Amino acid sequence: MPRINSPAELERLRQEILSKRDPDRARVAVCAGAGCLATGAEKVIAAFNAEIEKQGLSAEVTTKGTGCPGFCERGPVVVVGPEEICYLQVTPKDVPEIVTKTLKEKKVVERLLYVDPAKKEKAVHESDIPFYRNQERNIIGNNIKIDPKCIDDYLALGGYSALAKALFGMAPEQVVDEVKKSKLRGRGGGGFPTGVKWEAARSTPGETKYVIVNADEGDPGAFMDRAVLEGNPHSILEGLIIGAYAIGAHEGYVYVRQEYPLALENVSLAIRHAREHGFLGKNILGSGFDFTVKVHRGAGAFVCGEETALILSLEGKPGEPKPRPPYPAAKGLWGRPTNINNVETWANVPLIINKGADWFTGFGTEKSKGTKIFSLVGKIKNTGLVEVPMGVTLRDIVYKIGDGIPGGKKFKAVQTGGPAGGCIPEEHLDIAVDFDELTKVGAIMGSGGMIVMDEDTCMVDVARYFLNFLAQESCGKCSPCREGIKQMHRILTDITEGRGKEGDIELLEEIALSTRSASLCGLGKSAPNPVLSTIRYFRHEYEAHINEKRCPSYACKELVSYYIDPEACGACLLCMKRCTSDAIAGGRNLIHVVDQVKCNRCGTCFDVCPAKFGAVIRLSGEPVPGAIPEELRVVVRKKAAKQETAKEAR
Amino acid sequence: MSEVSLQIDGKAVTAAEGTTVLAAAQGAGISIPTVCHHEKLEPFGGCRLCTVEVDAGGRTNLVAACVYPVQQDIVVRTRSKQIDGIRKVLTEQLLAYAPESEVLQKLAQEYQAKKDRFAREASFCILCGLCVRYCAEVKKKDAVGFIDRGPSREISFIPEIAAKECWDCKECFPLCPTSALQAAFVLMRSLTSLASSNSEEVRI
Repeated sequence: MPRINSPAELERLRQEILSKRDPDRARVAVCAGAGCLATGAEKVIAAFNAEIEKQGLSAEVTTKGTGCPGFCERGPVVVVGPEEICYLQVTPKDVPEIVTKTLKEKKVVERLLYVDPAKKEKAVHESDIPFYRNQERNIIGNNIKIDPKCIDDYLALGGYSALAKALFGMAPEQVVDEVKKSKLRGRGGGGFPTGVKWEAARSTPGETKYVIVNADEGDPGAFMDRAVLEGNPHSILEGLIIGAYAIGAHEGYVYVRQEYPLALENVSLAIRHAREHGFLGKNILGSGFDFTVKVHRGAGAFVCGEETALILSLEGKPGEPKPRPPYPAAKGLWGRPTNINNVETWANVPLIINKGADWFTGFGTEKSKGTKIFSLVGKIKNTGLVEVPMGVTLRDIVYKIGDGIPGGKKFKAVQTGGPAGGCIPEEHLDIAVDFDELTKVGAIMGSGGMIVMDEDTCMVDVARYFLNFLAQESCGKCSPCREGIKQMHRILTDITEGRGKEGDIELLEEIALSTRSASLCGLGKSAPNPVLSTIRYFRHEYEAHINEKRCPSYACKELVSYYIDPEACGACLLCMKRCTSDAIAGGRNLIHVVDQVKCNRCGTCFDVCPAKFGAVIRLSGEPVPGAIPEELRVVVRKKAAKQETAKEAR
Repeated sequence: MSEVSLQIDGKAVTAAEGTTVLAAAQGAGISIPTVCHHEKLEPFGGCRLCTVEVDAGGRTNLVAACVYPVQQDIVVRTRSKQIDGIRKVLTEQLLAYAPESEVLQKLAQEYQAKKDRFAREASFCILCGLCVRYCAEVKKKDAVGFIDRGPSREISFIPEIAAKECWDCKECFPLCPTSALQAAFVLMRSLTSLASSNSEEVRI
């Protein structure tokens, strides 16, 4: 591929690509993001290729693996063009039918469409599905149109035109001003105004400056950045090059966590393609601006998402945060002025440059502009990535987009902001989601994790889980974080295991205050959030555990027992056979009995006991009735009589 | 280098630009507690006992005085109910490691910290890093370092280096705020494990 040496050449190339692409040509796009690959997308793509060849359509149909469109719950996702018919949960078995019916006969395969559970209507296009309809997908919307391994796909959509516009139509200061005017705030968690950060790095004197993409996404259950890295890596690179131009940097790094192999592959390939096209390297697009990028693989420490720790890690030192000031803008990588932004922040930049700050500020709330990608996971029907304008309510995200809680269960809380986020209860579901509103209710925006919890989730156990994660991931440099998280985790473990004492809640609050106020970096400063927010909204759950040794959600194993009501037991053998610890005694016509010593409290018996018996009872905070004497265990099976007595017993 | 004026505990103080709040306070005869700080070493900001309140630019922040640079017109408070509360908990957490440490006992007295608030830890080391940093920055030997992270973090002598360098040095021992013996013990353990192939008995 010859280098592109001017904006005019770029435009010519784009026209050339478009001229070779018939918009009416039949095409199959299969999501090849990590989620869909896990559910078999690769086999689906192979099946399409084979079937299309078999049916002699190779010359008429293009098949490609694309970036993640976000509807991971229903993957593998397939979109068939030019009609843009959206098929969900496609398996290789479905492929021949799709090829015959849709590609050949131009008919829709009804059974693979999304069915709106409320209206029972089928949705043919992405835009008809409520999950997508209620989103504003400025950043991830293009994923399904792009094969991330093919730069032409990005160019066809106007890729690198923002770079050309910045390099040839704007002075670096103007680029900084435009980003400042857009009021874009860092998407990695801090929410610091990006333009202000850029200006600081730009105004620090120095020949050598660096720009860095922070792609060390480490929150459990969060995969916003992964989807952009895997699905549209050029959008991040374009933003980075524009930022480098604005700041005056000539070298950059993409710090990707090692655990994202596909992201590493796609970003590395994108850098190679960008270099070959002249978007990276010397004299970019003939502008005289030089810039190179390297990929650096993170070794798996959560704390390296913190910018000063990331910089040390890049330098080959242990990833431990350093006190700020000095900020990286003054003294960063190798002591030089450095600007670090998160993946999603960089991906917003080309949009702001191309469409203008005014377009960008059209989305969002007064102090939080634009859209934000969330990974919606947990006890939610539509697991996936959602991109919404700042300011939508949590309720809309959970119910309109996420379609609520599965299994008819009740909503309990949504945890935002990753492991160090806060748990927000039902009463605050109507707050507008933006940086400041989330902080007000004791949670944080973080980088966009959103974990939904239902009535079966114990909030003390949730706090314990996250504190365990944070304890392991604390670097251990400063004592309030290292010791504080450890002590809080110990107390929470005691409470969930029935060793809670009076005064534990107050002690937790006291430690939380010191950890939050005195820790060196954001990890420690935010680590008490799960504890404080659950105490704030679910204090009664803490009190039940401590005072009554009772877990109201029946989630803390040490506080739960399973008991079979002898009056209700139908002696059906089901729970006995499924018991995972061989703890249920019984037999045909013998009432089943749980051996409380052997029982590992997995709850399988409770789940499998037929509803017509409902004999297995969960107990927490109360003694287990003694086992029925062996001589009384024989069931006198007179069906009608038995049912009568069971009814009375209830 | 220009002078900066600030206020510490109501007292007007001037200090050279680039000095830390801790140094400025010490220069003015105001004491701020520290555990991980040492005048010969780069500020570390690990123990956080020097946490103070700073009013700057209309906001009040809690910062570590040993690493926070002075700025024009900032107002620093070295004691308050909040600060004392933080120092109390931090001291109590460290006392779980070394309840007999003199440095910690003094802090405990000042901030009413209880010795047994938290369960006793197996190690004496409070991970202040004085030995590690002294060996690296002053002696430039790196014979002792941090290993692992979070609650598993500990200090460890590097046998290959320690076997050569430590016998005639031992300058880190008196720096240790919890117990010089602890440092000696860890050192010994490393050395004996290295020397065990010779099956010689090593005396402490």
